[in-house]
Amino acid sequence: MKHQVIVVGGGLAGLRAAVESAMLGADTAVLSLLYPVRSHSGAAQGGVNAALANMPECKDDTPAKHAYDTVKGSDFLADQDCAEILTSDAPVRIYELEHWGVPFSRTPEGRIAQRPFGGAGYPRTCYASDKTGLYILHTLNEQAVKHGIKVYNEWAVLSLARDGAMNHGLVAMNLQTGEIASFGADAVIIATGGAGRIFRRTSNAMQSTGYTLGMAYRAGVPLKDMEFVQFHPTTIIGTNILMTEGARGEGGYLVNNQGERFMSKYAPKAMELAPRDIVSRSIQIEINEGHGFPDGGGCVHLDLRHLGREKILERLPGIRDLAISFLGIDCIEKPVPIQPGQHFIMGGIDTDKDGATILPGVFAAGECASVSVHGANRLGGNSLLECVVMGQRAGAAAGNFVKAKSSAIQDAVLNDAVKKTSADVDALLKSDGKERLVTLRDTMAQTMTDNIGIFREEKPMADALATMRELRARFRDIGVDAKNRKFNLDLLRTIELGGMLDAAETIAAGALARKESRGAHSRLDFKTRDDANWMKHTLAHFTPDGARLEYESVVQTKWQPEERKY
Amino acid sequence: MQVQFKLKRFNSETNAKAYWSDHTVEIEPTDRVLDALNFIKWNLDPTLAYRRSCAHGICGSDALVINGRNRLACKFLMKQALKESKVITVEPLRGFPVLKDLVVDMEGFFAKYRAVKPYLINHEREPEKERAQSAEQHARFDFTTPCILCAACTTSCPTFWADKEYLGPAAIVQAHRFIFDSRDQGGQERLAILADSGGVFTCRSIFNCVEACPRGIDITRAIYEVRQKMLFDKT
Repeated sequence: MKHQVIVVGGGLAGLRAAVESAMLGADTAVLSLLYPVRSHSGAAQGGVNAALANMPECKDDTPAKHAYDTVKGSDFLADQDCAEILTSDAPVRIYELEHWGVPFSRTPEGRIAQRPFGGAGYPRTCYASDKTGLYILHTLNEQAVKHGIKVYNEWAVLSLARDGAMNHGLVAMNLQTGEIASFGADAVIIATGGAGRIFRRTSNAMQSTGYTLGMAYRAGVPLKDMEFVQFHPTTIIGTNILMTEGARGEGGYLVNNQGERFMSKYAPKAMELAPRDIVSRSIQIEINEGHGFPDGGGCVHLDLRHLGREKILERLPGIRDLAISFLGIDCIEKPVPIQPGQHFIMGGIDTDKDGATILPGVFAAGECASVSVHGANRLGGNSLLECVVMGQRAGAAAGNFVKAKSSAIQDAVLNDAVKKTSADVDALLKSDGKERLVTLRDTMAQTMTDNIGIFREEKPMADALATMRELRARFRDIGVDAKNRKFNLDLLRTIELGGMLDAAETIAAGALARKESRGAHSRLDFKTRDDANWMKHTLAHFTPDGARLEYESVVQTKWQPEERKY
Repeated sequence: MQVQFKLKRFNSETNAKAYWSDHTVEIEPTDRVLDALNFIKWNLDPTLAYRRSCAHGICGSDALVINGRNRLACKFLMKQALKESKVITVEPLRGFPVLKDLVVDMEGFFAKYRAVKPYLINHEREPEKERAQSAEQHARFDFTTPCILCAACTTSCPTFWADKEYLGPAAIVQAHRFIFDSRDQGGQERLAILADSGGVFTCRSIFNCVEACPRGIDITRAIYEVRQKMLFDKT
């Protein structure tokens, strides 16, 4: 199988990239581990940011103000040129989604409605009830159907096929048959989403493993800023299902066991609408100091009762349903017990502002990539935006790259890659190794949650790094219990774990090395931001002995670092 | 607590026929049925195959027949399942070929989705900003937009089981979402498809789909509205 452009991943970034590349006339296919509409973009609730200035309170909002909020939210680690691209492309991409049919909620004048979100100076978050991600995902899937884009459903990418100079395609496994095949591609766009399942307590889908980060890393593409992991302030206790930031955007309170709106101590102006890193830390401090509730290992309350039935039913019906279904709590009548949970990785596959990596022929976009527009902390509403903006840009860049490309796909490289990968998979299937998937995976996730969480310090992080390296060694002796070919999910999960361990190691190594507190990386032993030494991106390169870290300066255009006060 | 599970299994590589496997699962009443499947896969039988992803009812991967009815395993809690039966049964969706264990072939389902032109059709030049839409216009189609294409409705429909040409409730819900969207101009194209054999007149108003929908969509209302539009509104 050969295509000019193959997009790996059928979520928001992947589908937007595929539509762009197809519209440019490139023969484009999507390779999805699921069916695209199952992608975790669909779980995004609250909305997508763009300075449309549609509400009476935001008439003087501009993309430049959005860029400043993004840079400040990033704790000055975002590349400012990229933040400016993100926010100036935003209105175009949102109107385009509206033209393609996204059922946005509306203002009384019939325009796209916007709600306040954390760390933003204006109500800037365009929303469709509290199902914004679902609607955008379905709309982009519809566009892929309309453009007749070939989708390989339920294929798992296993490796990239590169030679010394460039990439020629990839190797993937058809889950339905077990077949392993090569796909020639002049350009591959990796758009595989998040990696939340590296942690135990996460809002992410079970399929958000991030194993493809390990695949890119082993193919020689560095991972950037992996230590910056976002913990969302409000996830349901126990299951860690997301309660949208839109709940606070609509006026919801966070309350401790004293009945106090404790955010007044931490962010007196922004209160509940401070950026996520600050709100999550504040909640964790309340819990640690005994001001929380004991349920679910510690929580505080998200109180929406004062919003009233009508507003909740109109603006937040989805999260009301989730709290009723999973806790038996109706937020119209009772507060919802919530706790912070892993939600997003700011880091990812290192790309430039067009999604290109250092390996010619490989692009990346969306959560799995790091441009970086989010720096050390992402603002709510900027992830769906990153997906559509960077998805479009990567799709365009790949489409133009394949047009300009003079060399042909090398079949010999593809054949070698498929032979090697098939042999690896066969060895795994035949292995009667003594290590077990579930043990290794649970140890990884528990260690990462316990040791590299909201608050960090030297010893636990060093322990976590050592544990990841030990797990990597134990992984070499893993046995797969299921031996069949069709829908062998035991095999797939084992392959995924290998990539997850690589990514987890880069998180631990980057975090341990960074001796400062910035955004979501908050160290008890280095409590302040250190711009003189650490205003720089981490780049983790694969070596057989573990991650080799390099650093790269942050691009500054208009804004000098300042203290973040909200 | 310990709960007995019976799972319908199929592995074409070892067994020509489907069979049942029995498992004792350690689980809490507040857990999801999906948690029980995970428990079985992670602790008792790693060969078990089922689809899952988001685990909270938005991705649509894990629609299954649980205690004889179509449900999402991730939104159906153990305490609800135990009210119906002491032994919990889990089977693949009906009406599609089984690939392995609880995994069915969804290709036909998505082919029917594609058949109703599930995308906004508008032949006018796109405006610089958004196309205005009033609250009333938005409300007109809003009740069919939450569909997650899980196939719980279509595979609960006896008419679909008997007539594989029938587009099924999910495809009609998707068509409804566009036919009643003020921004769409493809209504007549879709109505022509839905008027054909296998379209909306195939529905026998059995209402299984409404009961099966995990999103609470009033599917028979959608089918009724599409029929009404076809019969009485030729504009």
